[in-house]
Amino acid sequence: MGEFKVHRVRFFNYVPSGIRCVAYNNQSNRLAVSRTDGTVEVYNLSANYFQEKFFPGHESRATEALCWAEGQRLFSAGLNGEIMEYDLQALNIKYAVDAFGGPIWSMAASPSGSQLLVGCEDGSVKLFQITPDKIQFERNFDRQKSRILSLSWHPSGTHIAAGSIDYISVFDVKSGSAVHKMIVDRQYMGVSKRKCIVWGVAFLSDGTVISVDSAGKVQFWDSATGTLVNSHLIANADVQSIAVAEQEDSFVVGTAEGTVFHFQLVPVTSNSSEKQWVRTKPFQHHTHDVRTVAHSPTALISGGTDTHLVIRPLMEKVEVKNYDAALRKITFPHRRLISCSKKRQLLLFQFAHHLELWRLGSTVATGKNGDTLPLSKNADHLLHLKTKGPENIICSCISPCGSWIAYSTVSRFFLYRLNYEHDNISLKRVSKMPPFLRSALQILFSEDSTKLFVASNQGALHIVQLSGGSFKHLHAFQPQSGTVEAMCLLAVSSDGNWLAASGTSAGVHVYNVKQLKLHCTVPAYNFPVTAMAIAPNTNNLVIAHSDQQVFEYSIPDKQYTDWSRTVQKQGFHHLWLQRDTPITHISFHPKRPMHILLHDAYMFCIIDKSLPLPNDRTLLYNPFPPTNESDVVRRRTAHAFKISKIYKPLLFMDLLDERTLVAVERPLDDIIAQLPPPIKKKKFGT
Amino acid sequence: MVEEENIRVVRCGGSELNFRRAVFSADSKYIFCVSGDFVKVYSTVTEECVHILHGHRNLVTGIQLNPNNHLQLYSCSLDGTIKLWDYIDGILIKTFIVGCKLHALFTVAQAEDSVFAIVNKEKPDIFQLVSVKLPKSSSQEVEAKELSFVLDYINQSPKCVAFGNEVNFVLLVFWNFFFTPRFTLSSSRNKKHAKNNFTCVACHPTEDCIASGHMDGKIRLWRNFYDDKKYTYTCLHWHHDMVMDLAFSVTGTSLLSGGRESVLVEWRDATEKNKEFLPRLGATIEHISVSPAGDLFCTSHSDNKIIIIHRNLEASAVIQGLVKDRSIFTGLMIDPRTKALVLNGKPGHLQFYSLQSDKQLYNLDIIQQEYISDYGLIQIELTKAAFGCFGNWLATVEQRQEKETELELQMKLWMYNKKTQGFILNTKINMPHEDCITALCFCNAEKSEQPTLVTASKDGYFKVWILTDDSDIYKKAVGWTCDFVGSYHKYQATNCCFSEDGSLLAVSFEEIVTIWDSVTWELKCTFCQRAGKIRHLCFGRLTCSKYLLGATENGILCCWNLLSCALEWNAKLNVRVMEPDPNSENIAAISQSSMGSDLFVFKPSEPRPLYIQKGISREEVQWGVFVPRDVPESFTSEAYQWLNRSQFYFLTKSQVTVPLKKAEESLPTTPFYFILGKHRQHQDEKLNETLENELVQLPLTENIPAVGELLHTPAHVLPSAAFLCSMFVNSLLLSKETKSAKEIPEDVDMEEEKESEDSDEENDFIEKVQDTNNTGLGEDIIHQLSKSEEKELRKFRKIDYSWIAAL
Repeated sequence: MGEFKVHRVRFFNYVPSGIRCVAYNNQSNRLAVSRTDGTVEVYNLSANYFQEKFFPGHESRATEALCWAEGQRLFSAGLNGEIMEYDLQALNIKYAVDAFGGPIWSMAASPSGSQLLVGCEDGSVKLFQITPDKIQFERNFDRQKSRILSLSWHPSGTHIAAGSIDYISVFDVKSGSAVHKMIVDRQYMGVSKRKCIVWGVAFLSDGTVISVDSAGKVQFWDSATGTLVNSHLIANADVQSIAVAEQEDSFVVGTAEGTVFHFQLVPVTSNSSEKQWVRTKPFQHHTHDVRTVAHSPTALISGGTDTHLVIRPLMEKVEVKNYDAALRKITFPHRRLISCSKKRQLLLFQFAHHLELWRLGSTVATGKNGDTLPLSKNADHLLHLKTKGPENIICSCISPCGSWIAYSTVSRFFLYRLNYEHDNISLKRVSKMPPFLRSALQILFSEDSTKLFVASNQGALHIVQLSGGSFKHLHAFQPQSGTVEAMCLLAVSSDGNWLAASGTSAGVHVYNVKQLKLHCTVPAYNFPVTAMAIAPNTNNLVIAHSDQQVFEYSIPDKQYTDWSRTVQKQGFHHLWLQRDTPITHISFHPKRPMHILLHDAYMFCIIDKSLPLPNDRTLLYNPFPPTNESDVVRRRTAHAFKISKIYKPLLFMDLLDERTLVAVERPLDDIIAQLPPPIKKKKFGT
Repeated sequence: MVEEENIRVVRCGGSELNFRRAVFSADSKYIFCVSGDFVKVYSTVTEECVHILHGHRNLVTGIQLNPNNHLQLYSCSLDGTIKLWDYIDGILIKTFIVGCKLHALFTVAQAEDSVFAIVNKEKPDIFQLVSVKLPKSSSQEVEAKELSFVLDYINQSPKCVAFGNEVNFVLLVFWNFFFTPRFTLSSSRNKKHAKNNFTCVACHPTEDCIASGHMDGKIRLWRNFYDDKKYTYTCLHWHHDMVMDLAFSVTGTSLLSGGRESVLVEWRDATEKNKEFLPRLGATIEHISVSPAGDLFCTSHSDNKIIIIHRNLEASAVIQGLVKDRSIFTGLMIDPRTKALVLNGKPGHLQFYSLQSDKQLYNLDIIQQEYISDYGLIQIELTKAAFGCFGNWLATVEQRQEKETELELQMKLWMYNKKTQGFILNTKINMPHEDCITALCFCNAEKSEQPTLVTASKDGYFKVWILTDDSDIYKKAVGWTCDFVGSYHKYQATNCCFSEDGSLLAVSFEEIVTIWDSVTWELKCTFCQRAGKIRHLCFGRLTCSKYLLGATENGILCCWNLLSCALEWNAKLNVRVMEPDPNSENIAAISQSSMGSDLFVFKPSEPRPLYIQKGISREEVQWGVFVPRDVPESFTSEAYQWLNRSQFYFLTKSQVTVPLKKAEESLPTTPFYFILGKHRQHQDEKLNETLENELVQLPLTENIPAVGELLHTPAHVLPSAAFLCSMFVNSLLLSKETKSAKEIPEDVDMEEEKESEDSDEENDFIEKVQDTNNTGLGEDIIHQLSKSEEKELRKFRKIDYSWIAAL
């Protein structure tokens, strides 16, 4: 594996923002997740739960509701009173429509998908018609006294249930008038609380309305008579979310105590058709409020303030017990938030609204393998760069030489020139950006820091020449005609001749930078690309996909390399394929051309192409071959995958020079420490 | 005729009430519980025992109401029979002989003519669930050999078997999985070290829902269990220790659970948040049962009590038996005031137990500390207690020994307060001795002006404590202080005893007995027999007060004459229990042999025993006590005269049943007692001559059928008084002495015309009489002795007491 000096960086003070809503799309098996900072992420559950799309947040745009409509159109609504539709191809916001009802608390798409219903602060429920390119206000329902916090359609689309403060209304869609008003009991464990907020409602096809409220109750109502049928007190705190399975045989609720309860419709006796709802299993995967839940056909999905997205498969629905049936907990974004200047040993950390530049510490001490060396010079926080405006940073990059920093928000692109004078650092913004460089999805500097590659969200790739303090736009590769797919991953060869770009779906394009033309397209693959890099000298493009496959493609030969073909023939080790998190970064060792360095959140791996591949019988993780064994044994047990699991969760790892690595960790405990305190629960006692 | 009395051992109470779930009658008026070889019927309102159903010859292991006739009760026993009872009249209707040991009984409404039972046939540890077909026959005793096997290798405990509603499934529990013929549910999936073995199961009365209790305190409600994959369960967790029993309410809307916490938990609607508690029930809940009417619950507790609980979780009645879940250190004592039996009760308590009513009177909290019920904790034990000064004083000793060197010892002296009618703590002495206290006795002399207490300890000293004036300017008070400390060559003091007049104190130091003057505390003399450590020591009483008796560990019983200071006689007898009768000179000794325990009654003045009964118990007898009679009997036979003024009770070691037995049948005093006293005695004695050891006690009135009928038959079915009168008067007439016991059934036959079913028991009873008639053992010996008395006496003098070795 080779020995490295490792900078173990733990000062990346990144805290993901809490999850506010999740929306599951059964058609495409995708999951949309919105966070409290307005970020919306789209996860592809078929592609190993990879976060394939991402819409940056906005300070004033807190999403309160998220839903899929009309097939695969994604809408969100928030406290700024606007309904937005997201363009899933170009990865931007298509349009925003003001509902004119004050902050929007809830939204639901009709079962047919052609109508959208929003519940507003002023107590109005507004119906919108979804047209192919926009949404159009249709009418208002009877206005209620207080804000509409939850909405649910009857599966036939004739009625809706709306949860408000202290009551639930049932509306007839045709007339728009309230048919029933069901008052929710304010009592909470015998004590009358001030208000009982109905956090969620679900309308079942048999006319049952299920409500969850701030008094910790799950209640079943008969919408035909407007009466309470059954009540389950499940928590001492709020029950904040509910999601029903499509078959209506089970539903899931999330509580502010972090517990997710599963309810199932179970026959009363084996030979009768009478069924009843029974609370079955509790799941405690969250420490904080579960703000939102979703019910896919095979899994319960929950997310909340503690920023984890938890996907809990239902064992009885899983046909084969493989690794897909395991619990998933997604905490970190599947994109890179850190870039590194190898020459100056700088790390650039990207936060939602600012960038931090750090110089790594150094040491003069030497030690054995495994020793912790004392620092002779501590890491320096060089720069804190705050963005202007309310928008979140989409992407950022520091040039390898360390003298350029570029970042982009949705509406603006920023390029800074850094000057180092001994310990002082001066920052100068490069003004007069060309108008087409408005927003970027990915930014990359060439190895010699003379060129800047920008993937814009219109699908174009721009090449900018940087020299001295000025820049010059060289070329723009326009997307293939007819597609507007945004490129979100870039890789450039170390000689600067080749540029590889990958979009959200499959294809990787390789451009010749010298000749400024498309060189070739790597054959399409079913799973999205999670990371790619071009090896120096050989110009082999190494691509990692979300299904944990790694390909090596020779750019000059325009074909997969022999090693890649061997790997595909033999297949990866089953443990390798069962890893949870995607590979987020690939790099190469300058002196060892046979090595590929890659990492995901829980391991760092060096693939040595010269060694035989492991088969399923050999041990995949053998961290350190015992030194006391003879050479023969070591060689026999050695295989191509050298894996280290010392650093986790690992957000970034790169080679600074031949003998130095930098690893950026973000311990989960540190994140939890920065979250607001959870609801205190007594461990014992009642 | 009158001389031919006999003495027998009667198990008279104290058996377990908490062995199995109690059963309610359909109208919730009665509650049934198994109690040793009997089934007891209690009233749920008055807590009184209404009937004792006796007929089984071994431990009763299960009772169930007859689902087809709710006025009848099935019971099964280890004697291999299932009996059907009419519980209202307390009579046996039918006996089904199954022929193998029955460990539990289940009845199911759908299976009309069969019941389910747990049996073990071949190997002792393999239990099977079988269905027993009960043949329809008019005869009293029916062979029910038609067993159809249901399942093998099941758990012995009936808590691990449950029947689903409409018997569409049978639920059985193994180590950690459920099993029914159709599906298996496992508790331990994935978690290797989870302590979630099943402890009990219950089935929902109307829904397909199974509740299971687990070792880790969780309750799981399983549903949808027909599907291999889609089965699901809900977890209810409140108990911190294992769930001992579960029961659904009749409608199934709530689930009751209990465990070591002594809290009854009611889970309403099977939801975790909606639960109610009935706390502070006093001891571990072992069983929970629900009345068929749904208005009452009851919990059986490890301290041998049954609490009847109203539907709104209010305890309405407590049926408390003799508490005996812990070992008895104090021995048996008689409270001189209440004549109640006093022994260790609940942890840290002394219980006062009425022998007459087989009922606990009250508990006296001695240790007065919170009891933490956890395994492995070393508790403070109440080790010794003694009454003194005619019940005015009670001395108790409690100790706790965590390690060899760390002994915590405390002696408390309690004074009887006439105003509150209870004992009040007077003096507390920390560490009265350096080591365990081995004996404790009061000076009970009538003329003694100062209460005196002596304690003997392993530390080699005995201490004399006297009551002194402890008054100060605030109040008048008395307190106990140490008056004298005596020792003898640093030997451990093992026993102490005051003579009847209180003038002498005998203290045994291992093998040596020392006699002290109780006025000057001078050592008067010593006796040493070199026959092992002294185990028991007592002075003779009344005319025999010049004798001192000592029993040693090596099996020698010695009698010293205090006047001559010499050994009067000795005998080889391995004495386990030696108890003097407070009302006579007699001393009872129980010896232990490999065959069982034998009882000897003798006077210290005569080495020849007055009475010998061999094999009074197969188990080792732990403690015994003489209980003075309220009304003296008048046995004329010399061998039985010792029972005229007292009865002898003893307690065996077995922790399973611990029967209290007493010699000579006791007869309750009813109004009829005085009227019929003389006559009954005749009949009684007639019966007694044929009765032998294992016969159960019969209530008095049953001996006179006519009286029994009159009293037991409900008034509305009785014929007119004019019709009954002649029969009643006839029955009171003295029957001729030539009449044999066989004539009694004729009376019964006459009655039988009126109530055909009632006679079962009577017949059965007579059969037993005849059966046991042939098995007389000790009888002959005794008769021979009494007949050739003079001859034997002379013989004994010649051969110097060696007769006792031959026994």
